[in-house]
Amino acid sequence: MAVTTMIGAKIHRREDPRLITGHGRYIDDMTRPGMAHMVVVRSPHAHAKIRSIDPSSAKKAAGVHAVYTYADFKDHISGGLPVSASFVAEKKQVPNQFPIAHDEVVYQGEPVAVVLADERSQAADAASLVQVEYDPLPAVMDIEKAMEKGSPTVHSGAPDNIGWELTYSPDSPEAFQEADVVVKERILQQRLFPIAIETRGVVAEYDNYDKRLTLWTSSQIPHFIRLFVGTACGLAESQVRVIAGPDVGGGFGSKIRPYPEEYLASIASKLANRPVKWIEGRSENLVATTHGRGQIFDIEVGAKKDGTLVALKVTQYLDIGGYQGVFGAFQAVACLLAGGAYKWKHIAARTVGVLTNKTSTDPYRGAGRPEATHLVERAVDLVAREIGMDPVDVRRKNFATEFPFTNNFGLVYDSGNYGGSLDKALELANYKDLRREQEALRKQGRYLGIGLSTWIEICGLGPSAATAPAAGVALVEASQVRIHPTGGVSVYVGTHSHGQSHDTTFAQIVADTLGVPYDSIDMRHGDTAEGPAFGYGTYGSRSLAVGGMSIRMSCLKVIDKAKRLAAHILEADEGDMVFDQGRFHVKGSPEKAKTLGEVAFASYGAGLPEGMEQGLEAVSYFDPPNFTWPFGAHICVVEVDPETGAVDMRKYVAVDDCGNVINPMVVEGQIAGGIVQGIAQALFEEVVYDDESGQLRTGTLIDYMIPTANEIPELVLGSTLTPSPTNALGVKGIGEAGTIASSAAVINAIVDALSPFGIKHVDMPATPDRLWKQIKEARS
Amino acid sequence: MKHKVATTVNGRRHEHEVEPRLLLVHHLRDNLGLTGTHIGCDTSQCGACTILVDGQAVKSCTMFAVQAEGRSLTTIEGMAKDGQLHPIQQAFWDEHGLQCGYCTPGFIMAAAYLLAQNPNPTEDEIRRGLEGNLCRCTGYVNIVKAVQTAARTMGGTEAKPSERTAARRS
Repeated sequence: MAVTTMIGAKIHRREDPRLITGHGRYIDDMTRPGMAHMVVVRSPHAHAKIRSIDPSSAKKAAGVHAVYTYADFKDHISGGLPVSASFVAEKKQVPNQFPIAHDEVVYQGEPVAVVLADERSQAADAASLVQVEYDPLPAVMDIEKAMEKGSPTVHSGAPDNIGWELTYSPDSPEAFQEADVVVKERILQQRLFPIAIETRGVVAEYDNYDKRLTLWTSSQIPHFIRLFVGTACGLAESQVRVIAGPDVGGGFGSKIRPYPEEYLASIASKLANRPVKWIEGRSENLVATTHGRGQIFDIEVGAKKDGTLVALKVTQYLDIGGYQGVFGAFQAVACLLAGGAYKWKHIAARTVGVLTNKTSTDPYRGAGRPEATHLVERAVDLVAREIGMDPVDVRRKNFATEFPFTNNFGLVYDSGNYGGSLDKALELANYKDLRREQEALRKQGRYLGIGLSTWIEICGLGPSAATAPAAGVALVEASQVRIHPTGGVSVYVGTHSHGQSHDTTFAQIVADTLGVPYDSIDMRHGDTAEGPAFGYGTYGSRSLAVGGMSIRMSCLKVIDKAKRLAAHILEADEGDMVFDQGRFHVKGSPEKAKTLGEVAFASYGAGLPEGMEQGLEAVSYFDPPNFTWPFGAHICVVEVDPETGAVDMRKYVAVDDCGNVINPMVVEGQIAGGIVQGIAQALFEEVVYDDESGQLRTGTLIDYMIPTANEIPELVLGSTLTPSPTNALGVKGIGEAGTIASSAAVINAIVDALSPFGIKHVDMPATPDRLWKQIKEARS
Repeated sequence: MKHKVATTVNGRRHEHEVEPRLLLVHHLRDNLGLTGTHIGCDTSQCGACTILVDGQAVKSCTMFAVQAEGRSLTTIEGMAKDGQLHPIQQAFWDEHGLQCGYCTPGFIMAAAYLLAQNPNPTEDEIRRGLEGNLCRCTGYVNIVKAVQTAARTMGGTEAKPSERTAARRS
C-alpha cells in the first residue's frame, strides 16, 4: 500500500466528475420554495444627487412583491461595508459605503433600489419602471486631475479626493549620487475587470420565526461574509449560516469581500418574508464587481556602469474608485516589493490613493505583486539598455543570493535560487540562439524581441504578527480533522476552493499524514455551519501554506491521541509505539498492529486510559512564522510587425519555483492560467471610462477583449525546487505566480523588439494601434 | 401570450408553454431543470451556454425557446451514457482541462461539435474551433490537450491509458 506517495503525485481531481457532467452546484442552480428574484436598480450616472425615487409603477407590475430603497434598509443595516487597514493603516478619507445609495451616487452601477418579483424577467421589467430623478454632478475620472487643488470632489462636501498618502521610506538623494546613470519612467497599470466566468450571485433565506439567516453566495470568504453581513444586520454569528457555493465559478480576488447585494438580499428576504435570489448579469458585473489595478507608477532608477543597481524611487498613484475597496489598500504592497529579486542600497516608496467616480478597485489576481514585478523588471531593463548590458547579466549581478534575505522594507524572503531558475529558463528558451536570430532578423527588417521577468512574490498570508497590524485581521487558518468510529475521515478547512483543486490536494496531504486511503477522506469547505468556528478564506496564494499546514497540524493531533490509546490497547508504553502508514505497533513487533480505524472505533467506546475523553478529532489554527516567497524566471519571445503594430507571440517559457509540490498537475494548471491572465493584461484588456460623462465604455464583453484559445501561444513550463523553510510541508504557493510574472516578460519583449526604433517603454495593453502609433512617432 | 414548444432534449420529449421572449438557455435551466448549461455573459461572448441543436453547436442564449420547436437538443447532461463518461468528458478529466468548472460544459459541447466536423483537428484548428468560448482559469493549455486526447480516443487509435486510474492504483 503505497499511500505514502500521495504528496507529489499527479492525482486527478475528485472535483471533476460533477463538473464535467453538468452537475456542479453553483448559486444560480439553486431554487428555494417561495423564492423571489431580486433585480438591482443601479445608477446610470458616475456622480449625481438623487432627487427622488418613485417606485409606484414598478410595484404595480406583474409578479412584483416589493420595491425597496434606502428608506427600507436604513433601520436594518448598521454601518457600512468594512474597509481593511491592509498596508495603509491610516487613511485620509474613508467614505462610508452603505449597501444602497441614500441621496448621492458616486459611481455608475451604485445600487439605488431593489425589486423583488416571482420571476427574474418580471423583476427586470419592473426595475425599468422605477423612476429615479437625478441631478448629475461633475464626474471625477482622472486620478491626476483628481489630485489637483480645486478639483471637483467624488463625494459632495469632501475636502479633496485623497484617500491615502503614505511614505514607506523617504527619498535619498545621496543614494542616487552613487549612480552613474539614472533613468526615469512612468509606468501605467490599466484598470482591469477580473471576470470570473461565473458572475456573483446570492440566495438569502431569512427565517423570521427562528431569526436565522442562511446565505448562499459566490464568495472566496464565507466566514468573513458571516461576520460582516451578520453583524451589520444585527445577527450573531450563531444565527447566520453562509455557504460559499457550494461551487464557485472562479474568483481571482473579486470575491474576497462582502458586497452590497449580500446585505440587501438578506434584509430583503427578512422584509418580504421569503427567500431572495440575486444573480448578477455580466454587464452588471462590469460595474458592480470590483476592478483590479488602475495605477500609475513614477519610477526613478539609479545604477552603476557595471550594472550594479543602487537606488530606486517609486511613487504609486492608485485609482480607488468611489469608495475605498474593502482590501483595496493591499495593492500598496507593490511599494514594499518594488525591489523585486534584487539587492538595492536604497528604495524610496510612496503611495497615494485617489478617489474617483468609478467602481472600487480591490485585489485582482496578484494584487500589488504584478505591479511590483512589472515596475522593477521594466526598471532593470531600462538600466540594461542605458548602460548597454544584456538584461540577463544585469539581473544576475544584482540577485539576492543569501537566504533568508531581508529586503529594504524588512520583509524576509524565506528561500530562493534566482540564478538557478534563470539558468533553466535561458536553457529552455535557447536564449543565445534567440539573440543570434534576433540579430539576423533585424537585418531583414523584422523585429524579434526577447523579454525577461525574474519575479518574486510574497504569499502564504500570513503570520498573525504581520497581518494583524497590516490587514486589521490575523490571517491564520483553521481546520478540523474528525475520524469517525468506523474509520472514515472528515476534514474541514477554512480556506475556500473555487477552482484551486483543494479537495484533491488537501486529501493527498491527509492521506499521507494519517496513512489512510485517499478515498476514505471527505474534504469539506465553504459552509460556516461545519468545522471550526472561523475560517480565513482563500486569497493571496495562502491556502496550501497556511490551510494545508493547519490540516496537517490537526492530523498530527489526532495521531498523537490515537497513539496513546493504541499503547493502552496493546498494553505497551507510549514511548515504544511506532506509527507507520496508518498503523500503530510496538517497536519491533509490526505484525501486531492496530489501524487508525481500529483505534478510532475504540476511542468512542469504553475502557479508555485514565483521564482520556472519548472521540478522535482535533481542531487547529495554524499561524505561520513568515510569509512564503515563490519565485521564477519567465521569458517571452515576440515578433512585432512595424507596419501594423501586431504582436506575434512566438514562445513563452516559464520556470517557476513554489517549493515542494503536492500535485504537479494542479500546479502547472495554475501557472498556465495565471500566465495567460498576465498576457491578457499586457496585450488585450483595459477598462475604459469616458472622462467627461463618466460612462463605462467597455460595458460588455464585446468591448473588453478577453483572450480566447486562439490568442494564446503554447507555453513551455519548467521548474526548480527550493523548499520553503517556513513550514513543515516546505510549500509556498502558486495561484497568482503566473499573473505576477507575465505582463513584465511580454512588455519587455515588445520593448526589446522595438528598441531599434529608439522605443524605451510601452504601456499596456500593447494593442496594435498603440504600438503602430508609437512606431510611427519614433520613425518621424 | 404563451406558446407551446416541444423539444427532444437528451433523448426525452418535453412540452412546455413558454413566453415568446424566453431564451432557450433559460428554458433549459428553469423549465427543464438542466442547470449544467451555464450563463456567463449577456452578449453571447462566453460560450458557457453552448449546447447541440440537431447536432450543431449553438450558444443557447442566442436562440429563443420557441425557435427550438421540433428540434433535438443535447446538453452536457446528455453526454455520459449508461454511467460511462463521453470520451471528451473523460479527456477533460484526464488532461486537467478545468479548474473552477463553470465554462467546462460549454467547452465540452463546443468540442463535441468540433470533433464531429473534424475528427482529426490540428492544434490550430482546435484553437480556432474553440474561439467562441471563454475560460479564465486554465489559459486554454489543457483544454486544447483534452480535445487532442479526445480526438485520439474517439478515433480509436493510440488511446492513452487513463493516468487517473494509474495514479489511484499507485
